[in-house]
Amino acid sequence: MAIRNYILVCGGSGCESSHSDDIYKNLIAEAKAQGVADEVQVVKTGCFGFCEQGPIVKILPEDSFYVQVKPSDAKELISEHIIKGRQVERLLYNKETAKQKAGQVEDINFYKKQYRIVLRNCGFINPENIDEYIARDGYEALEKVLFDLTPEDVINELKTAGLRGRGGAGFPTWMKWNFTKMAQNDVKYVACNADEGDPGAYMDRSTLEGDPHSILEGMTICGHTIGANKGFIYIRAEYPLAIHRLEIAIKQAHEYGLLGKDILGSGFDFDIELRYGAGAFVCGEETALIQSLEGHRGMPQPRPPFPAVKGLWQKPTCLNNVETWANIPVILTRGGEWFHKIGTEDSPGTKVFALTGKIKNSGLVEVPMGTTLREIVYDIGGGITGGKKFKAVQTGGPSGGMISAENLDTPIDFGRLQSIGSMMGSGSMIVINEDDCMVDVAKFYLNFSVDEACGKCAPCRIGGRTLLNILEKITNGNGELADIKKMKDVAHAMQRGSLCALGQTAPNPLISSLKWFEDEFMAHIVDKKCPAGKCKKLITYTIDPEKCVGCTACARKCPVGAISGEVKKPHVIDTTVCIKCGACIQTCKFGAISIH
Amino acid sequence: MSENKENFSPELMEYIKEWKEKPGNVIMVLHKVQGEFGYVSREAAEQVSEMIDVPFAKIWGVLTFYHFFKLTKPGDINIQVCLGTACYLKGGETLVDEIQNQLGIGIGEVTPDGRYSLEAVRCIGCCGLAPVMTVGGEVFGKVTKKKVAGILASVPAQ
Repeated sequence: MAIRNYILVCGGSGCESSHSDDIYKNLIAEAKAQGVADEVQVVKTGCFGFCEQGPIVKILPEDSFYVQVKPSDAKELISEHIIKGRQVERLLYNKETAKQKAGQVEDINFYKKQYRIVLRNCGFINPENIDEYIARDGYEALEKVLFDLTPEDVINELKTAGLRGRGGAGFPTWMKWNFTKMAQNDVKYVACNADEGDPGAYMDRSTLEGDPHSILEGMTICGHTIGANKGFIYIRAEYPLAIHRLEIAIKQAHEYGLLGKDILGSGFDFDIELRYGAGAFVCGEETALIQSLEGHRGMPQPRPPFPAVKGLWQKPTCLNNVETWANIPVILTRGGEWFHKIGTEDSPGTKVFALTGKIKNSGLVEVPMGTTLREIVYDIGGGITGGKKFKAVQTGGPSGGMISAENLDTPIDFGRLQSIGSMMGSGSMIVINEDDCMVDVAKFYLNFSVDEACGKCAPCRIGGRTLLNILEKITNGNGELADIKKMKDVAHAMQRGSLCALGQTAPNPLISSLKWFEDEFMAHIVDKKCPAGKCKKLITYTIDPEKCVGCTACARKCPVGAISGEVKKPHVIDTTVCIKCGACIQTCKFGAISIH
Repeated sequence: MSENKENFSPELMEYIKEWKEKPGNVIMVLHKVQGEFGYVSREAAEQVSEMIDVPFAKIWGVLTFYHFFKLTKPGDINIQVCLGTACYLKGGETLVDEIQNQLGIGIGEVTPDGRYSLEAVRCIGCCGLAPVMTVGGEVFGKVTKKKVAGILASVPAQ
């Protein structure tokens, strides 16, 4: 009997942590037990992107979108949906409208404004099966490049497309390829930066887990174009599933003659090896990454020479990020003209963001460049959780900046994000609400950059530490007005004098916070108050004598004995003893304790 | 080849032999050693140095540079609390405090019985589920302070 239904189960890391593997196994077992094993095919795919609602199961051809599925739901999905043809309503995604259950993907706001190029295959194919990639036009671009196009044609196509590097800096991809192609050397390398170090970003992880062949195809095309026979993927050791799927993909590509000697009979040899990172954010910087690939400490090197001239083992090296590689095959199959029409003139194409933080629908979103932040936060992301007020969006991670409500209507592209004091970065997008303290968030990012700095150059090593010390001082209630200017001066020196992008951009979250939220810094410095109630040293706990019934629960809970009072009479907190642990607030049933 | 003082498994010995001549082998070999022992002891690093003929100083330099490498033995059950941005904003630190309350160990420490160890990590790429912690390799998402004790009890030592 022919296959009637396809059941797609999300096998991304997020959903796997919620036992999607058991769902997958149970669905297969149930299909067998209920006698429909011949009619359904259960496929474990890459990430659907809607991580907030995971684990996700999609059934085709009805396109029914089931969310928060449990392994025990497998039986009902088979007996109801597959056998009786009735959707299992309680599992359908229903948050969109109160009455109407949104079962189909096109009904879901989260997906409406998305446009998927990079994530084209994530959630559609089994990433461990090369045939499924090929069925969706996979390796067609490689064939075209090997037999129909010259290397110059490929570069021209990328130039027409206007693709800019998706690792963060936005350097035109065609130029990078062209520089490496022009470099004279008998050995050249292709490398993929899969060291996704930005905390709060997992775009590359999902792409590698959901569509590993797109990366291999992009790199092989590059190898042929620039004259390299060897590629390396530098991947985080923290991503075991992505490593596993890449290993399978490389093996299958070899079996199909799409990697190795004499690819598709063209006479072109190309091979790809994996190399693991070891948890160093600075290795996202290209010269540091090359050092690490060579087995050294990941210390950045002065540029020039650029890697396109002298890179890995002093040979010309073309290094791109995962998302850039995933764009390459599509551009070459559908044409540079087609790609150029998507997005903005400054930045054609799409961008994948990891939308997280205080947002209702957190997950992975891919939108055309030029989409506004408001559309992403409110239309796709569904707005702020818990009815709280929006405060800021942070893009670009530790190198990027805060974007305030005034700039929510800015269309996103490389140029415009920079003009409002942030940057594209690799794609983390973190929503911050009124409960978060901007001084504390700035301190968080700076702490990260200081921790991850390699220590090689003085502006970054000393400057970062100095800024962090000042922020500590401010959040401890000892800030002075002169500290603002001091921070700006040190930041300026770091931006101008640091050796690599880590040091040059580390002050960005602080500087942009100062620009848009100076009043919060002032509250900390002048009034010695933290308006969001986050900075422990600047808050005091008090008991409202009107509301306190004298139950003594808080006094018994207090670990330092700071609360005193007689039974059935209002209690008081000795603020000089209080360690601000918050245990009393959680204990009080009468809402009598508050933070100021 | 030098003698096998640290009792590397035959598989590990084979792997090191295979990688000995490859350029840029140090990090890959150290990953394999950590994979076998859960950490890289000074003695193991010395043996690697002899086997691949790379100065010990260089190996130690690499080990101490990268966060992923551990120099001391972790507990039977290693707990990682994510303090990436999304998890930090959603209360990752309160999870650290709660684990500290429950087990009496801080970040980078091991319980006296060697059962649990606690580390803070930067991002494990499950930001949609923040705050996230892993216990013995299993990922737990949307963790609250109240759920911590139950999660710790649910994971058996391997």
